[in-house]
Amino acid sequence: MDIVVILQAGVATGTVLLFATVGEIFSERAGVLNLGVEGMMLIGAMTGFSVAISTGNPWLGVLAAMLFSGIISQIHAFITITLQADQVVSGLALTFLGAGISLVLGEGLSKAGTVSLLPSMSIPIISQIPIIGSIFFTGQSIMVYIGYLMIPLAWYYINRTRPGLHLRAVGEYPAAADALGINVFQMRYLYVFIGGMLAGLAGATISLAVAPGWFSELTTAGQGWIAVGLVIFAQWDPVRAAVGSYAFGALRRLILDIQGPMLLFGFDNPFYYNPYWGFFLQMLPYAFTIVVLVIGSREAIRKRLGAPAALGNPYIRGERGL
Amino acid sequence: MVKSESAIQTEENTVVRMAGIVKRFPGVLANDHVDFELKRGEIHALLGENGAGKSTLMNILAGLYRPDEGEIIIRGEVENFSSPRDAINAGIGMVHQHFMLVPSQTVTENVLLGLDEPRFFMRLKEYDTKIASLSEQFGLKVDPKANIWQLSVGEQQRVEILKMLYRGAEVLIMDEPTAVLAPQEIKGLFEILRSMTEQGKSIIFISHKLNEVVEIADRISVLRRGKATANGLSSEGVTTKELARQMVGREVIFRLEKQASNPGDIVLDVRKVFAENDKGLSALSGLSLQVRAGEIVGVAGVAGNGQRELAQLISGLRNCAQGEILLHNEKISNRSTLYGIEQGMAYVPEDRTQVGSAPNLSVTDNVIMKTYRQPPISRGGLLDMSQANRFAEELKLAYDIIVPTVDTPVRLLSGGNLQRVILAREISGRPDFMVAVQPTRGLDVGAIEGVHRLLLAQRDEGAGVLLVSEELEELFALSDRIYVIYEGKIMGEVNIGLEEPSDQVVDMIGLMMTGTPMEKIGEGL
Amino acid sequence: MRILSLSRLYRIKLEPRLKEPPGWYPPLVSFGAIVIALVFGGILIAFVGGNPFLSYAHIARASFGSIGVISDTLVKATPILMTSLACAIAFRMKLWNIGAEGQFIMGGFGAAAVVLTPILPPETPGWLFVPVMMAFGMAAGALWGFMPGFLKARFNVNEIISSLMLNYIAIAWINFWIFGVWSEGGFQMSPKFPKAAWLPRLLDFSDTIPLFRGLTTHTGMLIGIMAAVLLWLVVYRSRWGYEIRLIGDNPRAAQYAGINISRNTILVMMLSGMLAGLGGMTEVSGVVHRLQTSPLAAGYGFTGIIVAWLSKLHPLVIILVSILFGALLLAGREIQPSGIPKMIQGIILVCLIASDFLLRYQIRVSRAGVEA
Repeated sequence: MDIVVILQAGVATGTVLLFATVGEIFSERAGVLNLGVEGMMLIGAMTGFSVAISTGNPWLGVLAAMLFSGIISQIHAFITITLQADQVVSGLALTFLGAGISLVLGEGLSKAGTVSLLPSMSIPIISQIPIIGSIFFTGQSIMVYIGYLMIPLAWYYINRTRPGLHLRAVGEYPAAADALGINVFQMRYLYVFIGGMLAGLAGATISLAVAPGWFSELTTAGQGWIAVGLVIFAQWDPVRAAVGSYAFGALRRLILDIQGPMLLFGFDNPFYYNPYWGFFLQMLPYAFTIVVLVIGSREAIRKRLGAPAALGNPYIRGERGL
Repeated sequence: MVKSESAIQTEENTVVRMAGIVKRFPGVLANDHVDFELKRGEIHALLGENGAGKSTLMNILAGLYRPDEGEIIIRGEVENFSSPRDAINAGIGMVHQHFMLVPSQTVTENVLLGLDEPRFFMRLKEYDTKIASLSEQFGLKVDPKANIWQLSVGEQQRVEILKMLYRGAEVLIMDEPTAVLAPQEIKGLFEILRSMTEQGKSIIFISHKLNEVVEIADRISVLRRGKATANGLSSEGVTTKELARQMVGREVIFRLEKQASNPGDIVLDVRKVFAENDKGLSALSGLSLQVRAGEIVGVAGVAGNGQRELAQLISGLRNCAQGEILLHNEKISNRSTLYGIEQGMAYVPEDRTQVGSAPNLSVTDNVIMKTYRQPPISRGGLLDMSQANRFAEELKLAYDIIVPTVDTPVRLLSGGNLQRVILAREISGRPDFMVAVQPTRGLDVGAIEGVHRLLLAQRDEGAGVLLVSEELEELFALSDRIYVIYEGKIMGEVNIGLEEPSDQVVDMIGLMMTGTPMEKIGEGL
Repeated sequence: MRILSLSRLYRIKLEPRLKEPPGWYPPLVSFGAIVIALVFGGILIAFVGGNPFLSYAHIARASFGSIGVISDTLVKATPILMTSLACAIAFRMKLWNIGAEGQFIMGGFGAAAVVLTPILPPETPGWLFVPVMMAFGMAAGALWGFMPGFLKARFNVNEIISSLMLNYIAIAWINFWIFGVWSEGGFQMSPKFPKAAWLPRLLDFSDTIPLFRGLTTHTGMLIGIMAAVLLWLVVYRSRWGYEIRLIGDNPRAAQYAGINISRNTILVMMLSGMLAGLGGMTEVSGVVHRLQTSPLAAGYGFTGIIVAWLSKLHPLVIILVSILFGALLLAGREIQPSGIPKMIQGIILVCLIASDFLLRYQIRVSRAGVEA
């Protein structure tokens, strides 16, 4: 149990959550709640692994994963944006659909053999910085570094650019955006697609980098849902999403590591001597998600912050009585 | 863009010509072959009742709707707008009645929304100064860096105008711009409009308020049930009575037949209440008022001065921080909504569809909302649906609710019908006190009259009625007394007789609506 | 509202319905949606190298082909019936309880705890054993429903995520008992229950009625049907049901009518959990006869969501639809690849939600008019 190792692994595991959470932030900022993250991640993990095996190129796997998950997300976009159906139910349906399709297409994939993974590397110079360097910049997968870059870029894009301004307007007050000639429907389709692609990227990051392989539904084990919860904790802000994601990543690693040693803080380790006590450790990420939700919701009430005002509502232009 | 024959005939100074516009909505013919013409530098009023098709016609001009028939000619060019962006590019901007501003963004961000510049990065500082200088040019005072939610309604309206001017709008459509303003703010708006026409802009001014239209407009067009009944009438020498006939089709009875009131004991006593609004800001600060049995008490004020919160406080939907409210000398504040209902209080909420009804439930389910707890509808824990349906049938007859069956979901009802469902439910319990907030908003003239008669009947049967309204006309027509509310305080109280109130009284109420307490007015006069 | 112009000649116009569609229309639309879903599913099956016609024929035969498999279908339908009733009552109030899975598992745990703790000695007679197991199963399910309900009412915590997280926690919880405390000789299952703790099955009566020989349908189906009828009564004929429907349709109107939303949120979530818990109890006591993870955590809670939605949340319709889904699950066990039933469920739900559009809008195709 080395704290640096746990944090280092936590950053890697957290990158998966980071991609999925930021993707969902984009979608929700545009006003579309997409609960299908889990399903899209499964599709991404399966596609990435499958394509990487058949082509031998993990990058093609990543691309295919993003594309396929993006396409699947458009089913949700069509049902909720064009057909104006309930976003909650449609998102649930997408979860089932994504899980079902990935199980069918991924049949036999778990025994398919080895695959060349995405490269890992250390960043020259900065990896020498004590602690920080070894946690963040030593031997990490390339995906982790892409994640670092994405955090400020996503923040800047949403808050300081023209398309970001339009994105926020579409999620806060679509009628106002529409009246100024912003195509609300097109924007919502686009950001649901981006959300889908990032969920696919998250899935591929699991199956090609963080925990390589295809283990059917256990590949994601509810991380898509944790991502949806993190969005609320993050108050729709990519920077806070990063903090939450890495913390969750570290927690997952901690749970694995805590069961290893015979002694824990000088006492007999109960998880070592009675392995079934480990099931309580397995509960932790899920229990912690609930705790994080309580914190996020209380803070939202106290600061009177809210979700994007139009989140969950279909936009219907120009109906009588509006 | 093709030059059409009719375009060539168009006079030099005509900016907009709409010819033979037809627009159908499911079940409604909103515009029936309407012609409309706007000249450069004029203020052209478009007059009509709610639902006459004014907003539809202008939404077509602004590119939000597409006409089913007819053509639009802008400065001699036939245009075919497929989106608001096209209309803006042709120099036409619309200021909607409900402001199209994103509350969480700044003035500058709102002005820049939807534009092609800046290309990618928001150089906010640079644009802040640009917008500041534009606002100075037209006398539209507003801070470019402020967030929209921090601004007053009048300031927000200025942002809307700025937004359109920044886009180079030559034609400005103002949809009911005075509805949200106090009398003094209206004067300020009129000055701004005048300064814009002096600088060559043209303005279409949508309204249903006759006096205003006569005051501000150069020319007037009137719509009635989707048809134009007057086209480009000069405002010189036109009387409000004439216009009213064009608008409604008959002489309007401005005043309802009303008997002198006979006030009894105090029913409702609001004592120095303080409360916060949803944002946690102070909404009511030390407000007191009384309602007696057998009188209608009006609350006048510009929207957003605490009326909503006051009504919620009385009905138990909101708690007060200090003070108390008594109904028949029993404390009802900070107890449950249910307690008020049990004490026989009726409440007609401001929002028919959002608060007052459950859209997908049947008429029956909606009318038993206040009575389902009592026999005969309730029997033990069960509901007697045959009793409930019988009750609904009775109300349907007594209140002229037009529905095929009482099983119909109320979302299929028209606004007037839905309001009758709500009133039927509230009045059928024979309440001795009632709060009605904006009970006629969005209804047509016939429906408004019906609602007014029901409220007066309540009064004459001895109920106390607290009527919150933003329409001064309505308050004058119904109230026996009027309180004026401003920033959560009562500025003063005015008795209204059976006669039409004098101009002096109207002026006084106007001053109080903008924050001058009654005592101070006395000193000034 | 116009969404697209297909060609220059025709325009498709969508108009909101101003009248209720006739009574036969909604079921027809749902039926159409399922047919389309099966076609899509068939295409996907063909895509992965299967024969869709054989697959569907197999499903029909394997689920309704003989009295034996009809009985097996009913056994599969029982847990679905309970979980979809659970989902239906929560969804009616727009509480998105997707934790029926966890509540179901906890119901099984609660029932098993009566036998294994033991709360009642093994020689207890059946007439006492079964009701006590039911009570504990429902209580455990209700507890699992209470938590997201309370968090929602008290802290406005999104119940979708909290109830879903509790599913994972429920699985870890029973695993802890099965792998450790109650493990039967190191296997990942508890010892078998004594006969008195089993729900009566049809085959128990085969001495008197020979036709019942080998039929495993148990009393759980009967309990489920009773629960459905009771739930119908609650929703459509009781004061509480009226309050639930009112909150579900417009919470602000409900508040205005003096209804306590927080209290109802907690109560409805508990009722929902209770029904799912009852399902877990009947599964443990009627089919598995021991505590074991895989037969409990088999996705019944999720299938319940689809069935509830397909039945338009109507408790009596749910009885019928859950039997159909029981058939799908039963036959699905033998279909390869094994994900197909799950995928078909997903496609059906997607098509159903999409088809709701036809209930709210009518489509009118007209020739393009004067303007082009």
